[in-house]
Amino acid sequence: MKAYAINLEVRDVYLTAEEENILQGEHGEGLKMMMEILVKIGEIYKADRLIPISSAQISGVSYNTIGEHGLHFLKSLQGLKVKVLTTLNPLAFDENHLEELKVEDELFEKQMEIIRAYMNMGIRPTATCTPYYFDNIPKLGEHIAWAESSAVIYANSIIGARTNREGAVSALAAALIGKTPNYGLHLDEERKATHLIELSFEPNEEDFPLLGLWVGKNIKGIPYLRLHGSEDDFKLMGAAMAASGSIAMYHVENFTPEYREAIGDKIERIVVDRKDIEDYRSEEDVELVAIGCPHASPSELRRIAEYLKGKKKRKDKELWVFVARSVKERNENYVRIIEDFGGKVMVDTCVVVSNAGKIFKKIGTTSGKAAFYLSKKKFGGAKVKVTDLYTLLRSVIE
Amino acid sequence: MILKGRSIVYGDVEGYAVKCEHPVVILGDIDEREGTACGKPIYGKIFVFPRGAGSTVGSYTLYGLRFYGKAPLALILEEAETIVAAGAIISKIPTVDKIDISKIREGDYIRIRGDTVEIISEHPHS
Repeated sequence: MKAYAINLEVRDVYLTAEEENILQGEHGEGLKMMMEILVKIGEIYKADRLIPISSAQISGVSYNTIGEHGLHFLKSLQGLKVKVLTTLNPLAFDENHLEELKVEDELFEKQMEIIRAYMNMGIRPTATCTPYYFDNIPKLGEHIAWAESSAVIYANSIIGARTNREGAVSALAAALIGKTPNYGLHLDEERKATHLIELSFEPNEEDFPLLGLWVGKNIKGIPYLRLHGSEDDFKLMGAAMAASGSIAMYHVENFTPEYREAIGDKIERIVVDRKDIEDYRSEEDVELVAIGCPHASPSELRRIAEYLKGKKKRKDKELWVFVARSVKERNENYVRIIEDFGGKVMVDTCVVVSNAGKIFKKIGTTSGKAAFYLSKKKFGGAKVKVTDLYTLLRSVIE
Repeated sequence: MILKGRSIVYGDVEGYAVKCEHPVVILGDIDEREGTACGKPIYGKIFVFPRGAGSTVGSYTLYGLRFYGKAPLALILEEAETIVAAGAIISKIPTVDKIDISKIREGDYIRIRGDTVEIISEHPHS
């Protein structure tokens, strides 16, 4: 056996002849390294083999997080092309709102270099954390390799596609090889519920993101919830769970596609009271209302527009709505209503990865995930109020 | 003392151990330009910690240590997860996991060869 730079002598991951050739470096150093990543992760998590994926979602896009060194790494892979549909997370700005987002020239230039490096690999510059509306729509049972935690939990839970919580680099490796190691949430038996969660109260719209924060903080595994809500409610709940903890999937009775097979013999039952989630609530008079973390759905955009139609914004408050470019383009009528009101609809970026958290000190949002990050020093340390959409909209109306 | 683990990135290196007792938030606790982790210098040392935590972008921070010439000689962990494993591979930092790190003290002189960690001399003050 040849000596590898990486020690793969003890290996339980079965590789095809073609995969073995890539690992030996017959298709170049870049692909060899990508294959090493997949094989080594497969070995760590006891995967039996690699399986084909139908799409990838890549994190590690904002220059604010990956920096000069991240850009250098991406450039070192130039010449390689992704094998499957691959979409990209949000970046540091919307190029039509550079002034409001206080984007300096250097950040702009470096961010564009990162986007070009990804595009050269054949990756679509969708720049959204909600690729599942129009840009990258996996189907029930499909294997994918996604790296955005809110999109991972949405894909597994609401769609029933299959992905582990990939890292920025492991998702890129999967995209360039077109495969991922077969372990964890790719396997039927690993998708069963570990905790049965029941509420002692009927949740309102504003309770879902708070419940998500509580579950993420207190539970490790796959929760099975008995409660009623809309797809948007569950999307906000899941994003909050994935941010405050390491949850990558949940089931909701009578709602998510795999709930019928979810309950096995071993499950821990937990009752959540209203007082449990109250700790995450705060009453702040906010300067900015930010909707769209994860990026707003077409139905959220419609609800915002319908509510604001014909009304005027208070001068002392801002309303920013973040959506996927693909969602904005299909809903220009709603966008116009929100802009006529005095709000801004931004694409390609979000309240967390842009400079918004450093510009505003008091922010209101429907997102438990945004609250989790924005309150941290690294993201500006703003005071954040999490509540329902209509309460927030009422607060910005004259 | 000889400890057997699992090799993530093969290497044959020796040096002094620097240790963090708690999981290290890779994007946050490590300063890739200074070559420090949890406030301690790891550049040119063998960095010992239980596991990585935090953002999925952390792999790039390990690459940053190499890019800025501030990489540790090697990593020793209890458990290498996706972020640390991918990061160690792209930055070519010798890495071994499945090691009981309670056996290693800061300042110990250590040799790593593949999956084997040998504590050659213990720190005189420990």
